[in-house]
Amino acid sequence: MSIEVKDLKYIYSPDMPGETTALDGVSFDVTEPSVIGIIGQTGSGKSTLLQHLNGLIKPTSGEIYIDGECITGEKKNLTDVRRKIGLVFQYPEYQLFEETVAKDVAFGPKNLGADEEDIDRRVRHALELVGLDYDEVAEMSPFELSGGMKRRAAIAGVLAMEPSILMLDEPMAGLDPQAHRDMLGLIKRVQQEMNSIILFVSHNMGDVAELSDRLLVMNKGRIVMDDGPHEIFKRRDELSDMGLSVPPIAEIAQKISDKHKDFESNPLTIGELADDIKEYRKTNR
Amino acid sequence: MAYINVEDLVLDFSKYDDDGKPMEPNRALDGVSFSVEKGSFVAVVGMNGSGKSTLAKCLNGLLLPTSGSVEINGMKTSDESHIWDIRSNIGMVFQNPDNQLVSSIVEDDVAFGPENLGVDPEEIRKRVDEALKRVDMYDCKDKAAHMLSGGQKQRIAIAGAVAMRPSCIVFDEPTAMLDPAGRAKVMGIIKDLNKEGITVVLITHFMEEAMEADRIIVMQNGRIIGDRTPAELFADTEFVHEAGLELPTVIELRDMLGMDKKIMSVEELAENI
Amino acid sequence: MIRDITLGQYYPGQSAVHRLDARTKIVATLVYIAALFVVNNFWGFLIAAAVLFTVIGISRVPLKFIFRGLTAVFLIIAFTFIINLFMVDGRVLWEWKFLSITYEGVRRACFMAVRLVLLIIGSSMMTLTTKPIELTDGLEKLLKPLSKIGVPSHEIALMMTIALRFIPTLMEETDKIIKAQQARGADFESGNLLQRAKALIPILIPLFISSFRIAQDLALAMEARCYHGGEGRTRMNQIRFHRGDAIAAVLVFAFLGVIIASRWI
Repeated sequence: MSIEVKDLKYIYSPDMPGETTALDGVSFDVTEPSVIGIIGQTGSGKSTLLQHLNGLIKPTSGEIYIDGECITGEKKNLTDVRRKIGLVFQYPEYQLFEETVAKDVAFGPKNLGADEEDIDRRVRHALELVGLDYDEVAEMSPFELSGGMKRRAAIAGVLAMEPSILMLDEPMAGLDPQAHRDMLGLIKRVQQEMNSIILFVSHNMGDVAELSDRLLVMNKGRIVMDDGPHEIFKRRDELSDMGLSVPPIAEIAQKISDKHKDFESNPLTIGELADDIKEYRKTNR
Repeated sequence: MAYINVEDLVLDFSKYDDDGKPMEPNRALDGVSFSVEKGSFVAVVGMNGSGKSTLAKCLNGLLLPTSGSVEINGMKTSDESHIWDIRSNIGMVFQNPDNQLVSSIVEDDVAFGPENLGVDPEEIRKRVDEALKRVDMYDCKDKAAHMLSGGQKQRIAIAGAVAMRPSCIVFDEPTAMLDPAGRAKVMGIIKDLNKEGITVVLITHFMEEAMEADRIIVMQNGRIIGDRTPAELFADTEFVHEAGLELPTVIELRDMLGMDKKIMSVEELAENI
Repeated sequence: MIRDITLGQYYPGQSAVHRLDARTKIVATLVYIAALFVVNNFWGFLIAAAVLFTVIGISRVPLKFIFRGLTAVFLIIAFTFIINLFMVDGRVLWEWKFLSITYEGVRRACFMAVRLVLLIIGSSMMTLTTKPIELTDGLEKLLKPLSKIGVPSHEIALMMTIALRFIPTLMEETDKIIKAQQARGADFESGNLLQRAKALIPILIPLFISSFRIAQDLALAMEARCYHGGEGRTRMNQIRFHRGDAIAAVLVFAFLGVIIASRWI
């Protein structure tokens, strides 16, 4: 599986007072199964990019290839594109509409033309993947679920289409601490199970640091950095110029370094920082 | 006497079955008591469904107690003759920045509250300008509300509350839907308002934000299970996890390193390495 | 595409048109619309168009902006044109099976299309040059005398304020829901009428739920800000009738006179 994006450009409302260049020559490719975080300020083009990859927006210019197949050409069968690449929108629980959770999750596979037996299998599998108990929730109304469960049911609705690439737009936004932890676990689990490409957009640098193998940093419609999280979060001044921060844990490490000039750490997780501090204590005792 | 006095507050939401017959009501708040001193900063935390937002809506009489009482500056919310007095004294900012602005244009929205209070037109003008400057949005006063970012909309909502000259503002998860930049800005404004003497009740999921408060009230299943200072609360790791909360990163690191529970900030932590 | 709809939008400015009292503009728009229905020949439309473009010129709202708004309702205009084209009897110009185009039909179709275009531009000029709150305040004041006979003027005005405020929000919401369901493989473009109508359910239900949620949130926010009906309410912006309004009023009725006279050209 692969994604290849070539010089993608998109202009909103051309020739209007509100004309904005949302994407301005975006190029990148992904060839290996991995989790890729996309960060950038509000309005930097992250969501627009995801919608392009799903064929929901036609680019002004440029090309996108999914598994080597161009999806930006004329008269593409977009159902085929969406079979391969799933997109979970921000606050996806707002798109639930069916009478029961099972029916809602089945909406996607049904649209793909799956037969009933296959649909049932997909629904069960998707619900299990997101950590919902089929027997408990299948016949419930999606509107009876708690906020965090609603969101997981909505994600199951996309997973049931069994895409080989999954994209999530701010999957953690607005969740309480418990549901937040569950969601982090869910993404990791899905990645392991599917062994596929996951692209996700987030404002939470802590989550980004914890989940991503690779980071794309967007600013004003361009990808300005494309590297591993360790390398990117080292460039804190550049990030700060774009209105972005480093993960809270990196912030703490920095403050400790300010105090202890010879302390050096570039952590992504709390465990890494704790280990570095323990090491530092040993050598300085 | 304290500015806000909540005593043994119970709140039931009626429920009906498919035939419209009344069912066992849903108890959202179950014997809640606490008080808030004038000028203080109180955070309320707890999982979704713990009753935080319901509690917020009781403080200005948007919801009335099933039993027990809520008193603001000596006035009971259940006493209808005081309700407008109470609401003009307790401003409120809600979670969703999109759904609480009434007018399309920024300054007209900020004027909505004072207009309802029957304030003189010239005085409204003055208050609106002041409130907009207060939240650093004066330059946007002629802009269309829907063109603003979430953080900017939330600042307009705060200005709308400030323009009513309340003595207390209740914030119901005001940063939950904002990006980090918007969140930092809104939190800064909340802290400043408190420094200027406005009593703040902040409902939040973010422990980093709760740490800024004088006191943290922890809720679970409609009850208050803890009412402590941030230092006391975050010294008790087990309790924090039981309540479905998480520790602020600094505190978690402190505990991983087995350091003194008194340490509350990065600076203190760095000194003790 | 949803962003292109300019109907109901405000274009900020300081022109003489912008500065007019909202009541003047509401009445002028109503008179203008009435005049368009009085017109019975192309000379009348020529005058009406000339007046309209003069007003646009004074208002300094870019023409491009106005015409872009027109493209959003192009379908309605085209539909009106075609219906009229085929529905009028008279001297036949072209015939195919049961369809026929007549000289009178062409004339009538052009006539209706021009009327519709002028009507849409004319009324959008009012919203483009008047702040929504002024518009609703103006409407409330104009309706005030009617509240004696039970017309809820304040409530009507408030409903308009809220509608104008939330049209963009709901449009964005709709756009988002459509895309989200498309991402789940929903197809809104193929199938017969019944299938297409059924395909709308996944959009309509979330949209209804969203609207209710917005309404509930907004009602709470309004109550929290001490809203308790129109009684005892004051206004930040006092609208006043200026000299410019008097001049505008005279011009508007002069225009109506000319249009009526044009019937006999």
